[in-house]
Amino acid sequence: MNVTIVDYKSGNISSVINSFKEVAQNKVKIEVTSDLNKIKSSDKVVLPGQGSFKSCIDALNTINGLVETLNDFALNSKKPLLGICVGLQMFADVGYEETETKGLSWISGKVSKINNHNGKYKLPHIGWNEINIVKDSKIFKNIENNSHMYFVHSYEFIPNDKNVISATTDYSSNHVCAVEEENIFGTQFHPEKSDKTGLKIIDNFISL
Amino acid sequence: MLKNRIIPCLDVKNGRVVKGINFVDLKDAGDPVEQAKIYSEGGADEICFLDITASNENRETIYDVVEQTSKKCFVPLTVGGGIRSIEDINKLLNCGADKISINTAAVQNSKIVIDSSKKFGSQCIVVAIDAKQNGKKWEIFTHGGRNSTGIDAIEYAKKMEECGAGELLVTSMDRDGTQVGYDIELMSKISSIVNIPVIASGGVGNLNHLFEGIKLGRASAVLAASIFHYGKHSIKEAKEYLDSKGIPVRI
Repeated sequence: MNVTIVDYKSGNISSVINSFKEVAQNKVKIEVTSDLNKIKSSDKVVLPGQGSFKSCIDALNTINGLVETLNDFALNSKKPLLGICVGLQMFADVGYEETETKGLSWISGKVSKINNHNGKYKLPHIGWNEINIVKDSKIFKNIENNSHMYFVHSYEFIPNDKNVISATTDYSSNHVCAVEEENIFGTQFHPEKSDKTGLKIIDNFISL
Repeated sequence: MLKNRIIPCLDVKNGRVVKGINFVDLKDAGDPVEQAKIYSEGGADEICFLDITASNENRETIYDVVEQTSKKCFVPLTVGGGIRSIEDINKLLNCGADKISINTAAVQNSKIVIDSSKKFGSQCIVVAIDAKQNGKKWEIFTHGGRNSTGIDAIEYAKKMEECGAGELLVTSMDRDGTQVGYDIELMSKISSIVNIPVIASGGVGNLNHLFEGIKLGRASAVLAASIFHYGKHSIKEAKEYLDSKGIPVRI
């Protein structure tokens, strides 16, 4: 089995690579690439994302054929895909960071700035917060409800269909922090930085 | 509920951990990779490395330390000290750092904060502010506290937020190494004027100081060095203490 971490030259993905390699050891091959054929032939794909919604979408579009390849992987081949942070946000139809930007439209919804209630809540939402698991998601196998995960973000994904939500977290409002729609998984938090519990989520994804 | 973070800071010189009293009189407290691992396993919410290597020929040592640490620690790793350029930031991020703390370079030219937060995202850009009280105001110092600048710390904090800093790491130069507690007035003034998280630093001598930094200083996170390094307190003890005083922590 091989898992591909999509390297589309946006943000820092070293921690994602380190954590997947730590979990995979020698059992699973971890590829880090933007090579379209390698992505097509891989069993699972990880879509990381740092920086702004717009900068990530722009970076995806810079690599010729990448968006089409990812669309095909997620929507036609229906192989497991995990989006992390902005990687999850890009599933949406549209994002409003910097300027209105079209997303991948895999899960209908939008990405808007977290309401800071006139400065009552500091942004970014940085640090460890508990997740409320609301759906029996495969990547939460053996993860206790209210486990702590590490978050860094100022924008939240608001899906139209609430059935896709697999976990929420409480900051400003009860916002979406994980989704699952068939083969598509996403976490707003960073499993790669969430210590042993985070590594367990990565293990669950690899073991799907 | 979002938890307040406890961040042990390791001062690293030529690849080894040291911690000084008012930035002089350094003692060796061990291997940074092993220490970071002990801290993350003990429940540290993040790890911070401050590189205080003076000579240019030894500057490369920090990259190796960061690379080794990031393969063993799966909590956020912040690295600061001697960051001069976008290239320095890029290199450290590629070695596995999650956040970069910029101090002197940001004072000299705020463009590095604007450019790096655009390029890498605000989430990985921490601006470190070293401030010393001067009458009713606080003044920014650079170069590890050696050079005065005449810049007002409160105004500067606001400006750094506008430039795109994701967090501010505020150190009281008057308190650093003294173990008499954070400069609460400085922390609360900065924390109330900015809408980004503030990490309080400088002066922790006991667990109650951590409590004061969060409760009175309104810091989102508290950074400490000596009380953890020499086994005076464990991270676990610190968290249990804060929990008993009603501060939300990750246990």
